[in-house]
Amino acid sequence: MAEKKLMYGNHAIVEGVLAAGCRFFAGYPITPQNEIPELMSIRMNEIGGVFVQTGSEVAAINMLFGAAAAGKRAMTSSSSPGISLMQEGISYIAGADIPVLVVNVVRGGPGLGNIAPAQSDYYQATRGGGHGDYFTITLAPNSAQDLYEFPRLAFELAEKYRNPALILADGLLGQMMEPVELSDELVDPNSLAENEWALSGCKGRERRIVRSYDLRPGKLEEWNLRRIEKYEKIKKNEQRFEATDCDDADLVIVAYGTCSRVSDAAVKMARDKGFKVGLLRPITLWPFPWDVFADMSKRIENFLVVEMSCGQMIDDVKLATECRSKIHFHGRPGGGVPTPPEVYKEIEKVLGGAQ
Amino acid sequence: MTKEIIISGFGGQGVVSSGIILAYAGLIEDKHVTFFPSYGAEMRGGTANCSVVVSGEPVASPIVSNPDIVIIMNEPSLTRFEPTVKPEGMLLYNKTLIKSQPKRKDITVIPIEANAIAEELGQGRVANMVMLGTMIKKTGLLSLETLKNAQRKRFTKANEEQLTLNDKALEKGYGLLENFK
Repeated sequence: MAEKKLMYGNHAIVEGVLAAGCRFFAGYPITPQNEIPELMSIRMNEIGGVFVQTGSEVAAINMLFGAAAAGKRAMTSSSSPGISLMQEGISYIAGADIPVLVVNVVRGGPGLGNIAPAQSDYYQATRGGGHGDYFTITLAPNSAQDLYEFPRLAFELAEKYRNPALILADGLLGQMMEPVELSDELVDPNSLAENEWALSGCKGRERRIVRSYDLRPGKLEEWNLRRIEKYEKIKKNEQRFEATDCDDADLVIVAYGTCSRVSDAAVKMARDKGFKVGLLRPITLWPFPWDVFADMSKRIENFLVVEMSCGQMIDDVKLATECRSKIHFHGRPGGGVPTPPEVYKEIEKVLGGAQ
Repeated sequence: MTKEIIISGFGGQGVVSSGIILAYAGLIEDKHVTFFPSYGAEMRGGTANCSVVVSGEPVASPIVSNPDIVIIMNEPSLTRFEPTVKPEGMLLYNKTLIKSQPKRKDITVIPIEANAIAEELGQGRVANMVMLGTMIKKTGLLSLETLKNAQRKRFTKANEEQLTLNDKALEKGYGLLENFK
């Protein structure tokens, strides 16, 4: 068996990014993800990669654009206010169809907010985030192991579809320590095939152009419609989720990231007391796992959405279940983290007293 | 078997280190573990706490609201965490620094002269090790040998003298219950 190491979530991201063959990081410090650039600065130096602490988040995302346009795996990380600053760049990258990885270790907002864990950037992450018609592939880890493994998946999806990918974590996942089973199959960056669009130097071949604009009448419309075809493919092929104890459930909790861990404990409490409760954890937030909700809503009477926000994912649950089920909500905004007994109480509220 | 633990005290009392050592120890014994520190506007002399879960099965929530075991290093932590302990749970407190008496009758309360014992060993800051030693003895959660190995994984830059002193403090805490009823 591969080696198991006790790691901070933020450190697991760094090792996962390096294991995925990424050798370019640009970023600007912000709590609660500072352990990422801190360790990255040491590890990139050891491994012969590039680490840049930029003058701002705007500089970081534009450097990422450049590195990725040259065909290299490139990533940045930040937390909510920093990710807001990057939105213009992410929109440009999406418009140029360039694969990059952005990690958001979400903290309380809006504004400067606080440094506690939150999930209030869900809308921003799943609706594009910046200007224009675009989406980013968004993955929601819920353990240090996921934080180690998802960077590789994110790069693979990003490159497959030529689209930016986002890992949406939160302060708790970043600051928590858990054992991580490290992979012994590390991606060698030199083994990655050159992308047919990469700006790798045009000597001896036709010139390539990477850009996010087209001023010729009708052209941008065509371009955007082609991108929509790509999004339809992603929606069809890449919906990911984890369903636990849903088959006989009277109520299914819907939660991702930290809330899915808390809800898992609440489901166990409820099952011990005879309630038939399950857990549906979206792993891709975009594409949202619409199909499983469409299917489950034909037999599940109640969904309880648990989020560390005033209620954002609940919109997708409502859209996906098309009014066939009752949708309940429990949310803790502004850095509040729900506890298992608290979620259990919400279950009791819906299903009545002890069974 | 799942044990949820909260360790709390002043910043600088080794609260976070104790939590990480427990997590390492659980990992060494092939258990599932999580460690989560309170983070935020913490400062030396302010309060710090962390949650550790050690379990035979995958850990659901890393957030502990009703711990099985609390290790209390200072007075404010007693006020805050005594009411949260599960009935029939265990509260170990640093009697050298805490003048109040815990009030709960439905839990096992273990007073430990942690700082006094640590000073006797030559260094006040190993009080956390004394507490950990007593806790594993009383609960049988992890072996003394494992804890000694785990502290070496935590303090990779410490000199042998310090590591040996940590071992002694763990042993001292482990042996305390011989005289405790």
